[in-house]
Amino acid sequence: MSILDAVSAALLIVAVFFFAAGTIALIRLPDLHSRLHALTKADNVGLGFAVLAMILQAENWAVVFKLLLTWILIIASGASVCFLIANRARREAVPTKQ
Amino acid sequence: MTIVWWGTAICLLINIVVGLVFLTSRKSSEESLLAALLFGTTGVALTLIVGKAVGQERSVDIAVVFALLAAVLGVAFARFGWFDENKKGDREP
Repeated sequence: MSILDAVSAALLIVAVFFFAAGTIALIRLPDLHSRLHALTKADNVGLGFAVLAMILQAENWAVVFKLLLTWILIIASGASVCFLIANRARREAVPTKQ
Repeated sequence: MTIVWWGTAICLLINIVVGLVFLTSRKSSEESLLAALLFGTTGVALTLIVGKAVGQERSVDIAVVFALLAAVLGVAFARFGWFDENKKGDREP
């Protein structure tokens, strides 16, 4: 196991930690808005660490570019979908826990 | 190193299953959209990691398509798919 593999493994463990944090928050948090927050932030950071671990193992630059493209797309879609759903929830008067 | 990829994939799969079991116990449609968001992010990570574990280079292309579709799905739901139990028939965005 080379140093690069060890760094990749460590990054993957951090990624799993963030994904687990997102799922636990999804279960524990009380209302739609805070669950949206958990899913669109913690999971995106987890995906970022997983992509970073894979970039270290990538064979060529095309793969690195595609991995970064995936992450940027997920971040952009997460942010915009979070905004759209929260906006719609406000208009539909979805209840929030105080 | 392969065992690390597989271990990560199994952890992510457990995350998806736990999230789905939780969300299917909910009745409202906006809660079920959260399952789509969960699939969007965790599913892309799972595609990438399983592809790496089996040594299949083209899984990166599949992940890019998944990432694109996740955005379209969320926008389509927020505009057209929001069912309100109290206001049936009134579905103008």
